Amino acid sequence: MLKQQSLIDFTLHHADNTLILAQRNAEWCGHGPILEQDIAITNISLDLLGQARNFYQYAAQLLNEGETGGDTVTEDTLAYHRTEREFKNCLLVEQPNGDWGQTILRQFLFSTYQYLLYTALQKSNDEQLVAIAAKGLKETTYHRRWSSEWVIRLGDGTEESRERMLHAIEELWMYSGELFMPAEYEISAAEKGFGVDVSSLKNEWMQKVNAVFEEATLPVPEKTFFQKGGKEGKHTEHLGYILTELQYMQKTYPGAEW
Amino acid sequence: MNAITDDTNEIGKIRSILEQVNDPEVPVLSVIDLGIVREIKPSGEEIEIIITPTYSGCPAMDVISLNIKMALLAEGYKKVTVKNVLSPAWTTDWMTERGKQKLKEYGIAPPNIKQQVCNHEEFEADEAVQCPHCNSYHTQRVSEFGSTACKALYKCLDCKEPFDYFKCH
Ligand SMILES: [Zn+2]
Repeated sequence: MLKQQSLIDFTLHHADNTLILAQRNAEWCGHGPILEQDIAITNISLDLLGQARNFYQYAAQLLNEGETGGDTVTEDTLAYHRTEREFKNCLLVEQPNGDWGQTILRQFLFSTYQYLLYTALQKSNDEQLVAIAAKGLKETTYHRRWSSEWVIRLGDGTEESRERMLHAIEELWMYSGELFMPAEYEISAAEKGFGVDVSSLKNEWMQKVNAVFEEATLPVPEKTFFQKGGKEGKHTEHLGYILTELQYMQKTYPGAEW
Repeated sequence: MNAITDDTNEIGKIRSILEQVNDPEVPVLSVIDLGIVREIKPSGEEIEIIITPTYSGCPAMDVISLNIKMALLAEGYKKVTVKNVLSPAWTTDWMTERGKQKLKEYGIAPPNIKQQVCNHEEFEADEAVQCPHCNSYHTQRVSEFGSTACKALYKCLDCKEPFDYFKCH
């Protein structure tokens, strides 16, 4: 794989991950269980959207530097004009919000991964990726702590909250494995020194998840068949609906600004 | 006068103009207090200002860039460019002492010094945050996230007042 292509795909993969999770979390706006937590989840959404913008802007710059030249690609064309099969986000982030427990668990599994990813990206040989990750790492650190506390509170809470967390694990665990199964562009990215070998993050991720699950008295599933494909554009049925809503305005009124 | 002194004077003058440009989300702080102005590069009637965002998704950055531009144009500079850079990443340690003092007077607890107290690991004790109203450390975190990305919600267990804490970052 050419360096430039894998750098673009790698950057888009992280842009899509953060955009789709931001969009999912934003669905809670005005619906959070209590005011403080409504504010928290939308703040997290905003952080993720900011990170997505940084990745998209960088991807747009790389694409414009390519053969076409000019400035035809922007962060907006990448977010609004691409189709479902072109999105490279992992399956976990597109899963429905479900109840509060499911949203919390999705955030916890993702933030724990993202924390390790951004830490590892500090050693990337690509300056802009280092800068985006360094910025995001501070934010992700808060997301991880916040979601860990909620996993513990709900897992080790009432009978009802515990039931819901067990259900959330059943719904989401099968999508966690994909985070550590590298797509072709991730393998290439790691080889060329700007990316991260995601499979090498799995052990530490398991340790962190184990520690929080233990405190939450929740079982870690043992044998699971992990779903994958999102990184290569093969998504669950949910992404289409997310994009329909997210891209609606630009499809109805192309180029609209305010 | 040589060119270097000229530049130093010029930068000082621009800084004092920027001290009048406030953060729209925390209007008691100027962009200088906040520590987001990283470089001032004057060259004749043209200036380049380098700023860095507080948070990746800070929605105020566009307004801040615009306000910086307007303030300098109003002072007679002909060409002003404001450039956003991500690296090195902003930290609350760059906030000025004056800024911290202003925050406290405004009723927002200023950020603790990062190297000493901030710890984001799970299972660690929360940092001690001082109540901006009665100075008590007998306070409790209500929520990690507040009305803007940069703040957390706290309450004072002594004077019973709720307050915002400017999170260390
Ligand atoms: Zn008090």
